[in-house]
Amino acid sequence: MTNRYRVSLAGLIAIVLLVSADASAQSKQGWTKKMPDGQPDIQGFWSSSTTTPLERPANCGTKEFWTEEEIANNVRTCPAPAGAPQRGAAGQGGGGGRGGRAGRGGTGEVDPHYDLAQFGLNLRTTAVNNRTSLIIGPEGRIPALSQVGEKRQTELAATPRTNFDSAENRPLTERCIIWTAQGPPLMSPGYNSNLQIVQGEDYVMIMPEMMQDARLVPLKPRGKLPENIRLWAGDSQGRWEGDTLVVETIQFNGRNPFQRVGSDKMKLTERFRRLDEKTLLYEFTIDDPVWTKPWTVQVPWAKSEGPMFEYACHEGNNGMYNILSGARAAEKKAAEAATQK
Amino acid sequence: MRSSIKALLVVIILTAEVSAQQPYRAPRTKDGKPNLSGIWQAINEANWDIEAHNAGSGTVLQLGAINAVPPGLGIVEGGTLPYKPEALAKKKENFVNRGKGDPEAKCYRLGVPRSMYAPYPFQILQSTDHIMIVFQFANALRTVNMNNHKPAPAESWMGWSNGRWEGETLVIETTGFNDQTWFDRAGNYHSTALKVVERITARSADTLNYEATIEDPEVYARPWKISMPLYRRVEKDARVLEFKCIEYTEELIYGHLRKQQGTK
Repeated sequence: MTNRYRVSLAGLIAIVLLVSADASAQSKQGWTKKMPDGQPDIQGFWSSSTTTPLERPANCGTKEFWTEEEIANNVRTCPAPAGAPQRGAAGQGGGGGRGGRAGRGGTGEVDPHYDLAQFGLNLRTTAVNNRTSLIIGPEGRIPALSQVGEKRQTELAATPRTNFDSAENRPLTERCIIWTAQGPPLMSPGYNSNLQIVQGEDYVMIMPEMMQDARLVPLKPRGKLPENIRLWAGDSQGRWEGDTLVVETIQFNGRNPFQRVGSDKMKLTERFRRLDEKTLLYEFTIDDPVWTKPWTVQVPWAKSEGPMFEYACHEGNNGMYNILSGARAAEKKAAEAATQK
Repeated sequence: MRSSIKALLVVIILTAEVSAQQPYRAPRTKDGKPNLSGIWQAINEANWDIEAHNAGSGTVLQLGAINAVPPGLGIVEGGTLPYKPEALAKKKENFVNRGKGDPEAKCYRLGVPRSMYAPYPFQILQSTDHIMIVFQFANALRTVNMNNHKPAPAESWMGWSNGRWEGETLVIETTGFNDQTWFDRAGNYHSTALKVVERITARSADTLNYEATIEDPEVYARPWKISMPLYRRVEKDARVLEFKCIEYTEELIYGHLRKQQGTK
């Protein structure tokens, strides 16, 4: 054996050692599985269901996490202020984390008429979350509205409420146009909290089961849309930052206001990072002039089993037909009763 | 004489060159599959009528030529559909009622194969387990299962698709349809027995060959074939913009249930 060979053999051993050291470090860090093109593999079916409320109940103060002991003992309530009856503390039900149903005012009230297991809100499809609220940080609350936000809230409140006169006077969800929680951002809709991610080489598809609107996020920089083009799902641009898929979205049409006040000026930054085989951490930051400052939400998603079936809401919307024909029948009956008087 | 022999020779040589050309080989994905991903759209008149047809008037006379039917050679091999005699009556009925009866008018998912030649773009997203086909119209989509093939669990608008590669060709078998979709605005239709086998092959960097065999023994006397090219939307920053069409059809579907003016 010549010196030359000896040198390269030593080099090879060094490389092998380095590689294996790197691999063991990665496995401790978390998810290392890659797509054939080298993207971290985050695809599959996921469940965004959660029992953690969006906002932290006021009696939890600045307590951001449950302790391991509290989780082990299934204690997920903060002590009530002295003398106050304790109600609706965090973690007791599934209502708090639902899109557009944040427990504002800090009561964290839940919908008691839902049997959570009935909608798959059980341990199998709900990721473990040690947070006291989905909103992260010491406050754990939606920031105060800005002047712009207060004005918008007043304007939205002044728009005519829904009525039974025609289809366009019914809520968007009843018309099968949008499911409030589908956003983006992707909130748990309360039941059927299923999502599918499919990764191509140039695009990632992100799709909530309800209403099954596929968002195709480009991974290569794409030209800006003209300012007047406004979309329900906004205009998304994605990129990988290490093991995190970062998606920035602008140019919303503002017709599905996030938390019932968000505007078409909202800038949304979502981060998708797979922690392990069973968990994906979904994080998003809302930057919208209606709030006094940006705020950030984290929701762990649990791996779920497919397949996902077609969700043809509008095609099967017998509800709309029945609502409107019921209203007309009621009017007719009332008119007849009036004539008989 | 001599010049015509020369010309003939040129023709022979050119023909020989053309026939000697290798079929187009698509670029590959990182896992070695033909890469068919991109934004595609058909350019033909099949959505008005998949059979060969003359120009004709539309259903809304107030719209004049905007609503007229452009003529087309169709995409059906042989030009006409092999309807069973007893099934033709329903097609004729559909044609008469097409203004309100066409699922496209109601913003319903267009089904298969109609979604592939309706005059709207769609995007193919190719991954390892699934190929997604996402359509602009009505935000419809198809999930093509590339492994773990299972039978359709229930009936649906877009059907249940299982796919496989045969060399350069993506073969998709789709079943599990409901009987609510049409093939076109002319009322050509199918039953729940519909089975569609599509074969999609790249023919150049920016075109695909699309073929489908359609079987429906309830409605048709024999299987029939359609074929057409699909064209890449090559413009810079082409994209499938969302087209949520529900609010544009509510008056058509629910207008008769609207509260009448002045009734209180």
